[in-house]
Amino acid sequence: MSARDNILNKLRAGLAGTTPRPDQFDEALVTEPWQYAPEDRVQRLRSLMEAVHTEVYTLAAANWPAKVQELLDSRKLSNLLYAPGTEYGQQLTVHWAEAGAKQDLLAYDRPIEDWKEELFWQVDASITSTAGAIAATGSLVLWPDRHEPRLMSLLPPLHIALLKASEIEDNLYGMMQKQNWSAGLPTNLLLVSGPSKTADIEQVLAYGAHGPKELVVLILEDA
Amino acid sequence: MSQRIPVTELTSSFRGRATDALADSQLRTNFRVAMDSLMQKRADAFPDEDEREGLRELGNQIKARALSRLPDLLEQLEAKLTENGVHVHWAETTEEANRIVHTIIESKQGSQVVKGKSMVSEEMEMNDYLAERDIECLESDMGEYIVQLDGEKPSHIIMPAIHKNRRQVSKLFHNKLGVDETDDVNELIQIGRRTLRKKFLEADVGVSGVNFAIAETGTLLLVENEGNGRMSTTVPPVHVAVTGIEKVVANLRDVVPLLSLLTRSALGQPITTYVNMISGPRKADELDGPEEVHLVLLDNGRSGAFADAQLRQTLNCIRCGACMNHCPVYTRVGGHTYGEVYPGPIGKIVTPHMVGLDHVPDHPSASSLCGACGEVCPVKIPIPELLQRLRQENVKSPEEPPVVKGSGAKYSRKERALWRIWATLNSRPALYKGLLWAATRFGKLTPGKLGPWTDNHTAPIPARRSLHDLAKAHLNAQTKSGGQP
Repeated sequence: MSARDNILNKLRAGLAGTTPRPDQFDEALVTEPWQYAPEDRVQRLRSLMEAVHTEVYTLAAANWPAKVQELLDSRKLSNLLYAPGTEYGQQLTVHWAEAGAKQDLLAYDRPIEDWKEELFWQVDASITSTAGAIAATGSLVLWPDRHEPRLMSLLPPLHIALLKASEIEDNLYGMMQKQNWSAGLPTNLLLVSGPSKTADIEQVLAYGAHGPKELVVLILEDA
Repeated sequence: MSQRIPVTELTSSFRGRATDALADSQLRTNFRVAMDSLMQKRADAFPDEDEREGLRELGNQIKARALSRLPDLLEQLEAKLTENGVHVHWAETTEEANRIVHTIIESKQGSQVVKGKSMVSEEMEMNDYLAERDIECLESDMGEYIVQLDGEKPSHIIMPAIHKNRRQVSKLFHNKLGVDETDDVNELIQIGRRTLRKKFLEADVGVSGVNFAIAETGTLLLVENEGNGRMSTTVPPVHVAVTGIEKVVANLRDVVPLLSLLTRSALGQPITTYVNMISGPRKADELDGPEEVHLVLLDNGRSGAFADAQLRQTLNCIRCGACMNHCPVYTRVGGHTYGEVYPGPIGKIVTPHMVGLDHVPDHPSASSLCGACGEVCPVKIPIPELLQRLRQENVKSPEEPPVVKGSGAKYSRKERALWRIWATLNSRPALYKGLLWAATRFGKLTPGKLGPWTDNHTAPIPARRSLHDLAKAHLNAQTKSGGQP
């Protein structure tokens, strides 16, 4: 008998003569306390994210590349990791050429194995899209794929995330339903609620533990 | 007191370690400060009592429902994960689980492992097992890293290094890493970041735990604040997750209340910085993520607890640590006193199933049964009730059928006989009266030494007149003087 059979048999013996409990999931409990009027939704997201050291800006969709440039300039950063195969990626390269931005654009267009060292130590910042956000907990939903790999939002010290204002949901349950998560999840779905942090020494909060030290969210109002 | 006790003998027992811990004022301050703050944070995170209680009830229902179909859910999880490209392994013992992990590492000729925080891997003593086989297994959670660097074990399941203060960490880093001493916590964390980033880059295999395994979608959900969990599960070419068989839940939506309960109860946070949901290895066209993902499902005594309907509730646990944060015993003696992987109230009810009650015979009674743990438990495990049950299992005679591994460690024929006499005396009025009469007359004959009681107290000498006598006299006097009885 395999370990698998032994374990399952023991568990089945323990359940002999019992019936499975009914599913009494109470939707109202996880949604009703976490509902917001449309005008409060962005404010809720912003205040929760700012409380954990996230910078949040609201701006017109057309202006985001210039804002990114400004963020990099003010920090004197020298490069930006981006996703060349996305619409945002194309908008970024167009702006960069037109504005003569001085930061190098690094395209995440090859497997990590080909440039691990560089990705780990030499990238200053990254920019990714989001698949929406959750107002109740102040969380971004990241849906990494071939174009926007998982490490884009983890390795660089500064992560800039683009969020469409129209894609902010009230709560996690609503987001799951709206995007029908249970029908198919990506390799790695992420909720990100601030820059990386730890309180492991004396419970003193320190940012930039292993992931980004800074998180900037650009909320695109008319998108 | 302490001069009379040979400390060397006692440090191998709960009592001895507790005596040492109670005398360590630095340790007591570190814990007191930390637990007070964690209790406050939890309270602040649940401002609405009705919402909190409703959510706890739902959390309990979800776990109870999952356990009521546990074998089916495990099979569903396995099928779904396999479909997603994840390799699923089963282990009855920690030895088996270690062998599985080692075989995976060996097949990749791996020599370096980075680990995200995982209590199950602590249970397995995976670091030691792999070290003996020349594989470096490095902890990457800041707290776990500090503890490992000092050759210690975690003292709290959420805050592993909570027993240390910044000066102790600074000294440790100075001695082990050769860096300058600093009192700046930010700087200390940056030292950890730089050291560990190199390790993430080099690692052949990443190991992690699992907070919830979702049967419906074949998803492993991990929560964390630091990003080390994401690093461990994304950067190395192979990811091995280890988890207990009780971590499975039926539906994806079930994690909504459980997540909220977990992070608010543990740290008072509405959510952790990262919620990491892994549903498979790197797809053919993807550019990062591990090419192989494995899940090791560990039993290690859990099926033993499962067999008993009352003790099964132990497996509701979502490892938030709120019970220890609120425990007056834990706060005073600290996590290391328990001498096992899981300290505090939850440790006392889960450990006996793993190592046998005879290995931790003091655990069920190291509690004042104040009830705080049961009151704050996000999935409503009746911890005090289970402690009482384990006390009974602890004194079972060899003739009674054992339910818990290693039960009966504290069985004593003498004690059993004394209780039988006690029961007889209290159920026969004539005998009781006779004894009372003798006790009030010959109380002076009580021996001066009465076991451990008289180590700290004077022997209890019965009064000349019993409460019965006094009450009777009082009533008589009142009746005579015409007052109301």
